[in-house]
Parts: sequence; structure tokens; C-alpha cells
Amino acid sequence: MLHAAFLIPLFPLVGFAVLVVGGRRLGNPLAGWLATAMVGLSFVTTVVVFAGLFERAPGRRSFTQTWWNWFSVDRLHVSAGVLVDPLSMTMALFVTGVSTLIHLYSIGYMEHDEQFPKFFLYLNLFVSSMLLLVLGGNFVMTFLGWEGVGVCSYFLIAFWFDRPSAASAGKKAMIFNRIGDAGFLLAMFLIYERTGSLQYQTVFARLGHVGGDSLVAIALLLFLGATGKSAQLPLYPWLADAMEGPTPVSALIHAATMVTAGVYLMCRISPILHLAPDAGHVIAIIGGATAFVGATIACAQTDIKKILAYSTISQLGYMFMAAGVGAYVAAIFLMLTHAFYKALLFLGAGSVIHAMNDEQNTKVMGGLRALMPITGGTFLVAWLAIGGVPPFAGFWSKGDVLLNAWGYSPALYVLGALTAVLTAYYLGRCYMLVFSGKARWVEARATGDGTSRGHAEPALEADTSNPNVPHERIAAPAGPASHGRLHPHDPGWVMTVPLVVLAFCSVFGGLINLPFHPSFVFLERWLNPVVGRALFNPHLGAGSEIIFAVIDAVLALFGVALAYSLWRTAVYRREVEPTFLERAWFIDWSYDRLLARNSTRMAAFTSAVVESRVIDGAVNGFAVLWRRSGTVLRRVQTGYVRNYALGIMAGLVVLLAWVASRTFS
Amino acid sequence: MILASATGFAVPHIDYTAILPELILIGGSLVLLAAGALNVRHLPTRVYSLLSGATGVAALIAGIVLWQKVHGGGHPLTAVAHSLVIDGFSTAFVILSACIIIVSSAIADGYLRREGIAGPEFHALALLGASGAMLMAAANDFIVIFLGLEIMSIPLYVLAALDQRRAESGEAGMKYFVLGAFSSAIFVYGIALTYGATGSTNLAQIAGYLATNVSTSNGLLLAGAGLLLVGFLFKVAAVPFHMWTPDVYQGAPTPATGFMAAIAKVGGFAALLRVFFSSFHSLEASWQPILWVVAVLTLVTGAVLGLVQRDVKRMLAYSSINHAGFILLGLQAASREGMSASLYYVFVYAFLVLGSFAVITVVGGRGDTSHAIESYRGLARRQPLLGFGFAVLLLAQAGAPFTTGFLGKLYVVEAAVRSHSYALAVIAMLTGAVAAAFYLRVVFVMYSLPAGEAAPAMALADGGALATGTEPAAAVAAPAGESRGGVLVAAPPEAPAGAATGAGGGLRLRAASLGIAPSTLAGIAVTVLFTLALGIWPAPLFSFVHAAGLLF
Repeated sequence: MLHAAFLIPLFPLVGFAVLVVGGRRLGNPLAGWLATAMVGLSFVTTVVVFAGLFERAPGRRSFTQTWWNWFSVDRLHVSAGVLVDPLSMTMALFVTGVSTLIHLYSIGYMEHDEQFPKFFLYLNLFVSSMLLLVLGGNFVMTFLGWEGVGVCSYFLIAFWFDRPSAASAGKKAMIFNRIGDAGFLLAMFLIYERTGSLQYQTVFARLGHVGGDSLVAIALLLFLGATGKSAQLPLYPWLADAMEGPTPVSALIHAATMVTAGVYLMCRISPILHLAPDAGHVIAIIGGATAFVGATIACAQTDIKKILAYSTISQLGYMFMAAGVGAYVAAIFLMLTHAFYKALLFLGAGSVIHAMNDEQNTKVMGGLRALMPITGGTFLVAWLAIGGVPPFAGFWSKGDVLLNAWGYSPALYVLGALTAVLTAYYLGRCYMLVFSGKARWVEARATGDGTSRGHAEPALEADTSNPNVPHERIAAPAGPASHGRLHPHDPGWVMTVPLVVLAFCSVFGGLINLPFHPSFVFLERWLNPVVGRALFNPHLGAGSEIIFAVIDAVLALFGVALAYSLWRTAVYRREVEPTFLERAWFIDWSYDRLLARNSTRMAAFTSAVVESRVIDGAVNGFAVLWRRSGTVLRRVQTGYVRNYALGIMAGLVVLLAWVASRTFS
Repeated sequence: MILASATGFAVPHIDYTAILPELILIGGSLVLLAAGALNVRHLPTRVYSLLSGATGVAALIAGIVLWQKVHGGGHPLTAVAHSLVIDGFSTAFVILSACIIIVSSAIADGYLRREGIAGPEFHALALLGASGAMLMAAANDFIVIFLGLEIMSIPLYVLAALDQRRAESGEAGMKYFVLGAFSSAIFVYGIALTYGATGSTNLAQIAGYLATNVSTSNGLLLAGAGLLLVGFLFKVAAVPFHMWTPDVYQGAPTPATGFMAAIAKVGGFAALLRVFFSSFHSLEASWQPILWVVAVLTLVTGAVLGLVQRDVKRMLAYSSINHAGFILLGLQAASREGMSASLYYVFVYAFLVLGSFAVITVVGGRGDTSHAIESYRGLARRQPLLGFGFAVLLLAQAGAPFTTGFLGKLYVVEAAVRSHSYALAVIAMLTGAVAAAFYLRVVFVMYSLPAGEAAPAMALADGGALATGTEPAAAVAAPAGESRGGVLVAAPPEAPAGAATGAGGGLRLRAASLGIAPSTLAGIAVTVLFTLALGIWPAPLFSFVHAAGLLF
């Protein structure tokens, strides 16, 4: 059964190929159904392979499948192939599962888009790349997938490329990811230089011969790659802008799957991190800091997708915090549960945006719970899950991370706990603004300028004044008048089924790794062969585990209560939405001022002076030199045979003179 | 037998299978001449071309059979009293020469019919010339090398002078002949000195002599080797023995130029590589510096003078000088890899140069005169296939990846680097870059708008560094009509250019309507396919050449 592994990335790739050739002819909605079926087949295959792996004894749950020898240079042999082990299969399972649901949802969401087949073409390519990333048996295969998802992310962020904001958001994502990718590449060079291989198992077996400093460098360079892909400090700002893409893309790529690739990478290289504890410190601190910063920013956003984007950044920080302290199982556990509830939140948001005629400003929503019961209900579940309210999935996964953080450093725990409160709070605020209170969009129709009033808020002014933080579809808002014709309702079944399934997972996802008793920690036992040796042990008894669980629950409920009390009726509360947070700690702004503008100036200078004068000048000068010498030299070519014979003679004489000098000296 | 026993001269045993390819070519040549003589030139040109091609195919088959034999036996055979050696190296050149004959017959066919040149002379001479080149590759004795050299050269002199309607053709033949005779004399003198120093003209015996005897004063031998080198370098057109090349290449009928450029380098380099790798191997400390200087001069001169040419035919003459420099790179390395690299380059070059001159034949038009670069303006728009083919051949000569030209340059430069001739490798690559400028210039012109439709800004002037000493606007405008008339010469006068190109139909139809003989087109197609296919999938040719170099 394990031999079917090659089919897992192949199905979406076939879907991609078919859509490239005949996507237009298949049209809407057939192209979407084909793409969904391909990913679905991939999911089924993954389940089969997963089962095959499960049947094996825990010590034998690693299977390398080599497809072909990709390239060989000197002693470097890179094969195209996959590594099937508990970690990669866990990833593949949730990637294919969530992807299938989001593909299905997209059929409904993209219904009216002219580029319908193209959207699914990109989505299929993305899933194929993502699966290569997680299944790849060596760093190069992973990198191939890594770049593949990167380019798909670019295509999909800039999917509505006729909007300048979307086009520039795509570019921004590309540029930030390039910086990270450079780290990944350098890490690969170093790994090859030190171990002579790029195959995971070979590299890990040879780590004993690698110096400690090199290991730290490798780990940190790979982490640099991860900060780009997973939007961590300092390379996070692109993710907020990535919300320019269609909402299913945000759910799939920028919440559930691609952005977790960095966390996956950290877990994959756990043997390296284990031997480089210094790198672990850095990862944990950056993760914790990102979690906190992201959560604070999310508290003051008004755009529903921006709230979710910063929430994702924050949750990813949580995962890195776990990976940094060595709690890889906790990181993966959080990644899985997060994939469920964050995808659910995004799909819910998409459903709302759809219903509100492409309005994303939470301040002009409200009162949608009664009108959209399924969306509202599932959004509520997602809120409670991400907030960590027991017994939802987030409670268990976040508790696991916090427990490990406490064992590592109480300071990290405090940071995590604060973030937990904020998480419950800001999503509560979001939920309250969207689903409860008065239906402000009706009021907007009555006064006739609902949208413009919403946009007149200082918050949004800040948004629009900053070209790097574009607002989705600000150029083509539904318009104040159109709100009047709005009759928000739950979408069709293709969109609600994924919501319900994800809500189910968000409620019960915690069951895969319950604490308290060793026989409940399924995920930990499953992943143990891969990360076990490197796993951090916080040495806490069952009693303290319960105490921590209680504290977590109290914190979560406090956040929920805070949100409820503050936002039950209110719409504007400037005192808890300071501009500093609204503008995301001015980090993006300072990047723009300090780096982007100066580099643009430098590029202009290089183009105007270095390129056109120095380089072109040198090249042109060289060309002139050759041409002149040609003009001079051609005079030798007189056309007279006697001169030619003389040339031969001269050459002969010089040659013989040289021979003579060699002979007689 | 009486005569033989009286003078003590034993007639050696002759292994006819060993020299079968040469015999086939000479036989084919004789048959052609006889057929021409008997039929008083009533046979259509096509028949002669077919006969010539068939002879080439027969020689190719014989060559492949020999290759299998040598390959199977694993050790070289000598034949005809050790004066010939049949090994992988020689059979590789036999195969290459046969291929050149086949392709060249196809290309020349279109030319001969277009120009109305009846009779078998072109093909008969070409077959003889190719047999000379084969003999040079298989020679194991300086006397046989000289024999081969002359059998190859004399037909080439005549071929150069074949077009009696153009004075330049006669002039080219004359120049080539006088200088060729001059260099042959030097070559024979070299043989004499070498014989004086070593007591033999047999390559193997000379090698053996040099391996066993350490002479303290080898001035005689070195001088002999030097004179021999001059003779060879003349044939392969290395600087400063190259001066005939541009005049002869330009003056000779274009298909003859292509054939000559291919076969003379094949024969010349075959003998040069064999002599200097086997017989004079122990003297490499002496000849390596000479070749270093010659290679640099050849590379630089070819590139620099190619840059200032406005006549494409002449430009390609300099380009072939530049290529000779690259081939010398492998010889200068004096290593096994260098040998294989040079061999590979010769193979690649032969097809490139055949194809390129074939395109020039087509564009040259009736009378074989319009060779100015302006004749190529818009060619790729009028005749996309031909333009594409020429672009591939030129890019390959420039060393663009996914072509054999790239790999050829790569291997010789690699060989130079491995033998620590770093400066030479760098110079070679620089001249390659300079040469790329004039190749790309032609490509640029081919893909730009015809002069009539082009805005003045489109003229070469804004090519900047690429445009050489051409005077843009005035020069561009003038030959426009000439070029169109030249290319479309065989089309009905009332057929406008646009209609001719726009007309659909098969390749054959289009080719016919534009006055390009399908046989010529087929010849070009073969060279382009060779260049592209083996550039993308290099393993077969490289392993073939590698095996040829090993079976030495």
C-alpha cells in the first residue's frame, strides 16, 4: 500500500495538466469539479498509504520511495522521490483533507468569476507542490515544493491582477519569500558541504561529524526560510497583504497549509535542532514575539480578513514557539487543529463577504447570526476553538504548547498566556461585530452612505493612505446603494458542507492528542519515531497538568468574556483600538520608509549610472576596441597572393627561430 | 613480379576491406565521370547528385562496418604494409567524411540546377576530395598523409574555381592552388627532415624511435615537425597561415565553400591530431607553446576580423578560422580529453558549416552573388523555416546551449582548463563572446523587418555594440530590392513576396515556389536536426567520439 505514495502528488498534478490543456473547454463548474475530484483522489490515496504505514511496527514506519535519479554532480546525488513517515503522512493527510474541502467550497465561491478554470488550475498546482514539499525525501525535493507553493501563492494572491493592490500584494509576498528562500538555499549549500548529502536520512545520520556552529548556522538559515514562508518576524508583513487573494486562497494557502510549511520544516529537521539548542532559543523567542505582536495587531483591525491574517501570524508564532522549545508534537498538534478552525474562520468570512456583496469592513456588518445561522454557528465554534475554550480542539493544542513553554522558560509562558487571552478577545470582537448587534448595513442603506461612513473611520483612512496595506476591492465597493438590496443568507451546500465538516473537526480535533494519560496521546506516539529523540520533556506531573489546564480555561474564558462585555453593543471603541496597533506597530511602515524606498532609490541609481554608464560603457568600449582592431587588422588582408605567401613565410621563420632557440640554448 | 623481384621490391598484401570506403568514393567518382563522358551531358543533374549521394551512403555503410570490426576487435589494424591504420579514430573520420558527402551532395544539387551547371564535375571532385580526407585520417605514414593531402587538396582547388562566370571564383582557385602548392612544399620538406632525424616516415616507427632514443640535439627533428605543422595549419586555416581563407571562401561557389570548409578541416585535423598525438607525443613540451601562440592568434583574428565583415560568406570564413582556434585548444591540451574534445568539435563544426553555407547558397540567389548582410533582412519573416534553421546554426556556432556548438566549446575549454592552460581558456571564451556578436547580428537582421517596411530606427544603428562598421541608413536602404529579387529569383515575376510566403501547403510547395530546391532544404534540415538533437541529447555523439578517441 505504501507504494501508492507517488500517486499522492501526482493526482493534483494531473488535474493541473488537464486544466492547462482543456480548462477553458471544461469551463464552469466542470473544471472545479475535476480539480476537487483530483484532490479528493489524492486524499483517498493518502488515507490508504497512511493505513499502510499504521499497520507497520512503530520502529519500521519509514519508507523511502525513489522515483528516478534527478541529477548527479560530483558526489552529490539527488533523487526524485518521497519519504513516507509518520510526520510526512500526518501533513499529507491534513493537507489533502483540508484542500478537498476548500476546493469544494471554491466551486461555490468562485461561481461568478470569469477566470474560474484558471483558479482551479492554480489550486491544483498548489496542492501538488505542497504535497511534494511535505513528502519530499530530500532537501531539494522539499525546496522544489517550497518554491512551487511560493509561486502558486504569488499567482493566487495576484489572481485579480487587474487590481493594482492585488498585483502589488503578490509582488510583496514574492519579495519577502525570496529573502527567506535565500536562507533555505544557503542552508542546503552548508548541509551539502558538511555532510555530502541532501537526503534527509543520510544527513541526519552524519550529523555527528558536523560542528556545533555549523549546525546552529544550518538551523538558523532554514529558520530564516521558515520565517519567510510562515510569516514570522521580521518577514511577516506580506501575509496581511496576501488577503488580496480570493478568500478560499486565504483559507487554504495563507492559513491552513502553505504558511505552516515553515513549522513542518522545523519538525523535519528536529535532529538538527536537537543538536543546536542555541538555534532553538532564537526560534522560540521569535515565535513567542510574533505570537504576541500578531495578536495585538489583530485586536485593532477592522477588515475581517486582516483580523484573521494577523491571527494566523500569531498562531504560527505559537507553533514556532513550540518547535523552538522542542515540543514538535505540540507544534504539529496545534498546526492540525489550527488548520481546521482557521480554515473554518476564513471560509466563514468568505461566506459573509459573499453575502455582504464583497464588503469586508466589520464595522458595517452586524446582526448576521439570525440571517446566516450555519455561518454564524460555525464561526462561533471556530472562535471558541481558537480561543482555547474547553473542550474545543484549540484548548488542548494550545494547552500543550503552553505547558511545554512553561517547562522551558516561565517568561515564554507568560507571553503565550497573554497571547491566548488576546486571541480569545480579538476573535470575540470580530464575531460580535459581524454576527451580533444591530444590522448596521440596513442602517447604512437608510442614511445612504453606510459604506462611506465606514470608510471615513480613521482606521480605514490609515489603510488607504498606506499603499502597502491595500484594502480588498476598495476600488470597486458594492456601493452604498447596493446594501439596500442585500438579503444576506447562508450559501449553497457546496459552501456550507465544508463549514460543517471543519466545525466538526474544530470541536473534536483535540481527541487525537489528549493529555492526562499516556494512552490518550495518539499523535505523540505516532510521531515519536520521527521527532521522539529530539522531543523536549517538561517534567511535569499529572497534577500540574490539570492545574495548567484549568488556568488555560480561565484565561480563555476571560478573553471571551472581555470581548463580549466590550463589543456586545459597541461598534467604535478607540481606547482599545489605538492607531499604533491599527497600523501594525508601524513595522510595515518603517520597512517601507527605511528599506523599500531606499532600495528603490538605489535601484534607480544603479539603473541610471552603474548599468548605463559603467557596465554598458565597458561593454561598448570593449566592442569599439575589437572593432577598431579589426579595422586595422584587415589591412593585412590585401588580396595579393604574394603577401599571403609572405605571411606563411613569416610564420614559418618565427616558428623555426623558436625551434632554433630551443635547440641551441 | 619480375620487376618487383629484380629491384627487391615486394608488392605488399593489400587488404581491400580496410580501404573499402576510399575505394567506394574513388570508384563513385570514376563512375560519375564516365557517365558524364558517355552521355555527353544529357543526364539530368539530379542523377549525378543521386549517384554521388548513393556513393556517400555506400561509403558510410562500409565505414560503419569497419567501425563495428574495430570496435569488436578492440585493437587497431594496420593495412597495406603498415602504411594505413584502421582504428576507431580513422573510421570515425571515414564516417564523418561520408556524412559530409551525403549532405553536401544534397545541398549542391539545388545549386547546380539553379545555376544550370550540368555535368558530374562537382560531385566527382567532391568524392575525390573526401577520399583524400579519409586517407589522411587513416594514414600511418607521412608519405600516405602527403598523398591524402594532395588527393584532397587538388579537387578543392578545382572546386574553388568551378564557377567560370564569376572572376572571383577563378581567382579563388588560383590563390588556393598557389598557396596550397607552397605549403605542400613546406610539408614535404618537413617529411624529409623528419625522415633524416628518425630514419623513417612511418608514424608508429617514428613514435617508437622517439620513445627509445633520447637525442640530445634534436634540432633536425624539431625543424621537421615545425615544417609539418605549418603544412597542416595551412590546411586547417590557422593564423598566420590563414590568409587564403577569406578570399577563397568568398570566391568559391558557395556549396563548394561549405564542402571545402568541412572536408579540409576534417582531413587536416585528422592527420594533425594523429601525428602530434602519436608520433610527436614525446615532443609535446616543444610544440605545445607553438600551438598556444597559434591558437591565440587564430581565435583572436577569426573573431576580430569576422566582426568587421559585411559579406556573410566572408564573415563565415573568419568564423571558421575562429572555430579552428577552438579545435586547436583541444590539441594544445595534449591530453586524452583534449583529443576527444577536438574530435567532437570537428564533428560538430562539419555539420554547422555545411548547413550555414547551404543557407548562404539559398540566399545567394541565382548567380551566387547576394551575400551582403542586407540580403538577410527579414529572411525569417519571409521564410520562417529557413530563417529558423539558419538562426539555430548561427546560435550553435556562437555556442548557445542546447546545441552541439555549446557542447563543443564546453569540451575544448574544459580540456584546456584541465591541462592548466587557463589564459588560453579565457581568451577562447572571450573570442567566443566577440564572435557571438557577428553571429547574432545576422540573426537580428533576419528577424527584423525588411528594409522597406522598417522604420529607420529599426536599422542596425541601434544595435549599438553589435552593429559594427556598417553605415546604417544608407546601406540598409540600397540592397533591399536586390535581396528580394535574389531570394525570389525562381518565383514567377508577377508573384508578390507576400503571396508566396502566405501561401500554405507543404514544405515542398513553399520551397518550390520560393526557388529553394527541396534537396538543399533537406540538407539544411539534416544539419539543423543534428545540431539540435545532439545538443539536447548529447550522449550518443559524445560516447561515439570518446570511443573513437580511445581506439587510437
